[in-house]
Amino acid sequence: MTLPAPRALIAEDEPLLAAALQQALAQAWPALQVLATVGDGLSAVRQALALRPEVLFFDIRMPGQSGLDAAAELADAWPADTPFPALVFVTAYDQYAVQAFEAQAVDYLLKPVQAARLQKTVQKLQLALTPQAPAAINLESTLAQLRNLLATPGVAAPAPAAAHTAPLTVIQASSGNQIHLVPVAEVLYFEAADKYVRVLTAGREYLIRTPLKELAAQLDASEFWQVHRGTLVRASAIASVARDEAGRLHLALRGRPETLAVSRLYAHLFKAM
Amino acid sequence: MQPSDVRSLLRHGLITVVFCCAIALALTVSGQGAWDIQLVYSLSIGLVSWLVIDLGRMVLEPDTGWPHGWRGGVLIATGIVSGYALGSYIGNAYSGNAQQLPQQHGNVSTLIITIVAGVGISFFFYSRAKAEHLQRHMAQAQRDATEAQLKLLEAQLEPHMLFNTLANLRVLVASDTPRALDMLDHLIAYLRATLGGARATQHPLADEFARLRDYLELMAVRMGPRLAYQLDLPEGLRSASVPPLLLQPLVENAIRHGLEPQVGGGHITVRASTQPGAAGPLLVLEVLDTGAGLGATAPTPSPGSHFGLAQVRERLATLHGAAGTLDLIALKPIGTSARVVFPLKNLASATA
Repeated sequence: MTLPAPRALIAEDEPLLAAALQQALAQAWPALQVLATVGDGLSAVRQALALRPEVLFFDIRMPGQSGLDAAAELADAWPADTPFPALVFVTAYDQYAVQAFEAQAVDYLLKPVQAARLQKTVQKLQLALTPQAPAAINLESTLAQLRNLLATPGVAAPAPAAAHTAPLTVIQASSGNQIHLVPVAEVLYFEAADKYVRVLTAGREYLIRTPLKELAAQLDASEFWQVHRGTLVRASAIASVARDEAGRLHLALRGRPETLAVSRLYAHLFKAM
Repeated sequence: MQPSDVRSLLRHGLITVVFCCAIALALTVSGQGAWDIQLVYSLSIGLVSWLVIDLGRMVLEPDTGWPHGWRGGVLIATGIVSGYALGSYIGNAYSGNAQQLPQQHGNVSTLIITIVAGVGISFFFYSRAKAEHLQRHMAQAQRDATEAQLKLLEAQLEPHMLFNTLANLRVLVASDTPRALDMLDHLIAYLRATLGGARATQHPLADEFARLRDYLELMAVRMGPRLAYQLDLPEGLRSASVPPLLLQPLVENAIRHGLEPQVGGGHITVRASTQPGAAGPLLVLEVLDTGAGLGATAPTPSPGSHFGLAQVRERLATLHGAAGTLDLIALKPIGTSARVVFPLKNLASATA
């Protein structure tokens, strides 16, 4: 039985490095077909969904969105009928990322990429892509890895200033020429929307400009759960969790009529006791 | 009150007690009266003055310890007067009969001794506190300077930038040797300037622009068509004197926070010009980019950019005081302008 030739997508914003990786892969793994190279995090997601490759090489620092965010978005949008690709991160220097990778299944490559090291990655990938492989790359392990990386300070976002030690108690939201003071205790959830973050209480909605990542660092993580890249929800405001036909989770809230989608990345939070 | 304040208060009290005992001893020996009465007068006056002055200064000046100017004088005078009044009252009560002392003479000499001793001992404490404060200040300044230098080096030799540059170089070595050599030369010049930058205090603007070109060339290889740049240096300003690598953090910020986040990249212009000022012509240096701009990173720019800007402002303030300014301006429709202005001066050696 012959397997179809594996196909790959490379996301790397520096053109010379993208070309070099493609060249090195041609040497190390002649059977691998590189479908496309893209230069930013947004195209990476778009092209990956369009081409459905078996292997992804993602640079961590890219314009548009980082390789980590792109992978997280991809994990959510990936169709259920195709196995999730084997993911290899490429980075010049992210000491925290390297530490985080070492404990995990998915591989990483350090730039400048050296032939001998690439050969090892290729072997790992080939093993992972054989159907008989006992520990074939599955979505769960990739998700666990991504969660880990996204939570590592200095990788996903610059380490927050050490000043924020006390949790936030009041949100200051401006509207027109007024500033509303909203007690955090009244907030049911936060939702990222374009350049703003929506702050929702039982009766009202406010807009603030503080990015969600920064906000999350200042909130009590046991009080507010991240259920999606763009959603932080008060745990005690969640009334129920429902699974739809596609296997996605949706949250019903106490005090708000709308439901909130749960990212695959965070689906592990909801298990019956 | 902090523990160190309590310690200094008690230490001052102890010195005051010793001093008062010495005065009492001197007065007793010189035949001014019974030793115990002298001791009570001396200690009461001394300790009341000490408490008023020492507690007063901590209330007035909790940080530095001593109020300056007339407030310090008023505090010491208040301490001495209340020490004299209350201390004499206690002393009189102890001796039981104020009339025993020759009223006129006793009061005047007690007052004089109180004033001389009070002023003297206050001056002694003040000088000691000032010396300590200066010493602490100097040690802190030293630590700050070392830390700033380290952070500057760390910011300029950012590992991410260095390893990515080396990765590009590694590719070029195999594929395009002349370009690799060119890139290597820029890297060498960049490293030489960064590692040796702290030594020279001024260099000609032409050198500053050459260093920016080194950096921009390295970034241009890495970013490919996403980075275009232009350096505008009028012939007449080539020898203008500037602190080395002053503009470097501004160009780095323009790339990191302006161009890098944008999928399409952008354009950077660095230009020099002059404008008339109240005290002679001013040199105007601008870094313009067509990047994501202030809106995207504000209100919370990353710590790195903060440090870069703070460092430029600090250097300008040290060299030119209020005459050196740095302004960030959001450009319409996109982009940011960083504008540095300070008095124009030519390097003597370059103009000769």
